[in-house]
Amino acid sequence: MVEYQRILSNLYDGLALFTKGRIDVDENTELVGDLNLDSLQIMELLLTIEDRFDISIPVSILPDVKTVRDLAMQIEKITQSE
Amino acid sequence: MGIFDKFQALAANRRELETLGIDPFGVQIERIISPTEGLINGRHTILAGTNNYLGLTFDPECIAAARTALEFEGTGTTGSRMANGSYSGHRKLEQELAAFYEKRDAIVFSTGYQANLGLLAALVGPGDVVLLDADCHASIYDGCRLGGAETIRFRHNNAQDLAKRLRRLGARAADALIVVEGIYSMLGDHAPLQEIAAVKCEFGCYLMVDEAHSLGVLGERGRGLVEELDVMADADFIMGTFSKSLGSAGGFCVSNLVELDLIRYSSRPYIFTASPSPATIASTRSALRKLASGSQLRQRLHDNAKHLHAGLTALGYTLGAPPSPVVAVVIEGRIEALKFWKDLLHHGVYSNLMLPPVTPNGVSLIRCSVSAAHTTAQIDAVCAAFADLRLTV
Repeated sequence: MVEYQRILSNLYDGLALFTKGRIDVDENTELVGDLNLDSLQIMELLLTIEDRFDISIPVSILPDVKTVRDLAMQIEKITQSE
Repeated sequence: MGIFDKFQALAANRRELETLGIDPFGVQIERIISPTEGLINGRHTILAGTNNYLGLTFDPECIAAARTALEFEGTGTTGSRMANGSYSGHRKLEQELAAFYEKRDAIVFSTGYQANLGLLAALVGPGDVVLLDADCHASIYDGCRLGGAETIRFRHNNAQDLAKRLRRLGARAADALIVVEGIYSMLGDHAPLQEIAAVKCEFGCYLMVDEAHSLGVLGERGRGLVEELDVMADADFIMGTFSKSLGSAGGFCVSNLVELDLIRYSSRPYIFTASPSPATIASTRSALRKLASGSQLRQRLHDNAKHLHAGLTALGYTLGAPPSPVVAVVIEGRIEALKFWKDLLHHGVYSNLMLPPVTPNGVSLIRCSVSAAHTTAQIDAVCAAFADLRLTV
């Protein structure tokens, strides 16, 4: 199991690759609405996170993910079950 | 939030294209002259973006077969295979496809998209796991989603990444389904199918290969990458389409597994769709016979592909993959790609424009598909158009 704060910190690092530090990101930031990430960029972000935590994130979680917090919670759930 | 609010970004994109005077998604071929030539905006244009790999759309025998079917069986079946739209031709085509692949049986679907949708939605459901190559076609993603399976992507063409993800599944790996394509449509690159098949065998799971772009293109008898790399026996499901090398419309799946027949009775995209028209089935059967005996056509296709690939490479363009019937040219910048596509059309060459997010790695692509029916002069003319535009990029 990986702690929530560590997941969040890794997500911020991953998102910085797309925002280039131009946008402040917090748990309430929306991946599409605020950061304008397209589906490909979200997939790239997931691949990075998967490698970092040695997990596989099912594509089917994506409809439930709107904010950074949603994604962090999904990842936490996956790491708890593995 | 209104139901149309979700279209705002799309509407902005459409407005941008209108401002630029470019509409790559609304091209109309006013008159089709041959498999490789059409009249677009009143101009004779070389068709270099059609997927008509073997150029069979105007084959006299295919046309004659379709005409006979039209005359004797009518314009349509007006029903689904399950209810009232199964004619003897549908079943004969299935048997001929099974014989062609030396597999136990086949199912014919009304489109290639529906073949993936129908097969996957029925085959993998809640509790099942599918591992698909990240660059798989939308129909594969949609089929997995419709079925409700746990869908995990692995890095494109990376058998080690696939193995890593299977290992994480533990005991569940033995029942997982791996899905890959023979030739990937965006860049024209091939799957490392021997490595993928070795991983499949290591974990004892199932393998599905989508040969939509490789049927008729690869393999001694045109059976795709599974034949080319001698992994036919490891492919549990082989999917293909009629709308590329076979010059009509439809799709299929072949398999040695007895359970394939049960897919018919549980696949909603199969059950609730009108079956292919008699003319479509007749021309497809005729084209399949041509394809099976058509090593000359394949040779001409590969010669043309190498010709175009070498020409564009010599001009200094960055291409997506080694020579293949899909020749994808990388253009830096979305707007630049839009303008390049438009200029290419003005030079009398119709190609396909592919923009992010449907492209791998966010690149913009001018995608040319080569046909056995292209003449050497036509390939030269395509290269000349690219040469002219090279000066302006």
